[in-house]
Amino acid sequence: MIRAWLIQHGLVFFLTLKRLIATPLTSLLSIIVMGIALSLPVGIYVLMQNLQAFSGQTASSPQMSLFLKLDVTQDSIEKVNQRLEENPQILAIQFIPKDAALQQLQQSTGLTDIAARLARNPLPDAFVIHTQENTAEALEHLRLTLQNWPEIEHVQFDSAWIERLNALLDLGRFAVLMLAMLLSVAIIAIMFNTIRLQILTKRDEIELSKLIGATDSFIRRPFLYFGALQGLAGGATAWLIMALAIRTLNEQLITLSQLYAIDLQLQPLTTADSISLLLFSGWLGWLGARISVASHLWLIEPK
Amino acid sequence: MITFKNVSKRYPDGYVALNNVDLAVAAGEMVFLTGHSGAGKSTLLKLIAAIERPTSGVITISGQNIAQLKPAAIPYLRRKIGFIFQDHKLLFDRTVFDNVLLPLQISNFDHNTVAARVRAALDKVGLLKKEKTMPIALSGGERQRLCIARAVVHRPAILIADEPTGNLDVEYARDIMTLFTSFNQVGVTILIATHDASLLEDTQHRILSLKQGKLAA
Repeated sequence: MIRAWLIQHGLVFFLTLKRLIATPLTSLLSIIVMGIALSLPVGIYVLMQNLQAFSGQTASSPQMSLFLKLDVTQDSIEKVNQRLEENPQILAIQFIPKDAALQQLQQSTGLTDIAARLARNPLPDAFVIHTQENTAEALEHLRLTLQNWPEIEHVQFDSAWIERLNALLDLGRFAVLMLAMLLSVAIIAIMFNTIRLQILTKRDEIELSKLIGATDSFIRRPFLYFGALQGLAGGATAWLIMALAIRTLNEQLITLSQLYAIDLQLQPLTTADSISLLLFSGWLGWLGARISVASHLWLIEPK
Repeated sequence: MITFKNVSKRYPDGYVALNNVDLAVAAGEMVFLTGHSGAGKSTLLKLIAAIERPTSGVITISGQNIAQLKPAAIPYLRRKIGFIFQDHKLLFDRTVFDNVLLPLQISNFDHNTVAARVRAALDKVGLLKKEKTMPIALSGGERQRLCIARAVVHRPAILIADEPTGNLDVEYARDIMTLFTSFNQVGVTILIATHDASLLEDTQHRILSLKQGKLAA
């Protein structure tokens, strides 16, 4: 019984594939339209994922820079270091002596000439600390505490940009959702129409099948397979478009990363996201076909 | 096998196709149904396959009341019946073989035996050599025989034919009647609607005559 059922589904699957291949241009065009429609929200999603990964790195263990007063002694530096180490809120401490800071400035910005002409090192000694706090309030509290230490001239911590970025990401996520919803409706509509046309051209076959004892699910099946397969192919196309776009963009980004000395590479879709994309697009195709079949098949009643 | 009790069929436009029809066809019987066009022959046949539903009355097939069949049960009723349609309803987008294959696919027959069954049916009607032909290339007589092969391939208990010899030469018509007789001899219950008087001349089978929706004695 199960074997017969499997065989029947297998037959329908291959029949559907044959049908897709029998009209290559029409199938290809619908698949490309679906692929492009899907690649839009997917593309924005990929950008967001990358931005989030970028902000996540920063936000997961926020960084603060403590600039010491220019005239601090080695002793007070030790004291500051000790007090920082005793603070449980602080995870990691890195001391950057002013000479090293100057050297780094010369190397990384190409300002060698200007730096060399300076009479004395204008940079202060500094600590860079990583905290385990990541709420804006706790960070602000920590900043105020440190600011009050006598050796410290200035605590630099810009929490505002992370908040702004997160707000932007939330907005972006919402935009992706809206766009995805709109385009999903468009895909369902495309599939609805495709299946409608198919049903009309197969009118005779459907009518005869009903007359000789085909169940509704038997008649529906090839159309549902068609919708799901075409949706799946649309999803795969969207995936390909994204993979190509990311590759091309990354090639361009190499130049940009070199100029800014930062690692700017877009990460492709994760395996889980890719599978979700394929499943979702397949489901969309199936749904469009299902709605179309439900609203057209009953019109073909044999008389 | 098939019984009608006080069966009437009135179409939505008010036309009464059948009026209080009573009939009984025994299992293994072969019955002719005659009458002028519009006498209700096609309606009567369609009622048996639940293609039309009666306005009133009881229709039973093997003891099952067709008039009260749920829509989901209708496909299974139709699988017990082989129907030869007046307008053939052949599919012109596929070969002779695939036309005969369709009822087996619909009834979910064992994948391994379907090809043999299709060829047996085609052989029976003398179309085995044309299995790869498209129906458009067949003559009228061959198309009719293809319809018969498609109607019997799933070995139904009941065979219903609506004007199976319409538009055919006498010679072809006789071939087709011989086929029906041979099916009847292996136990198939057969109901044939025809207005072709020449078919009925020398038959020993029962003849039911419909006049304006009523069965004449």
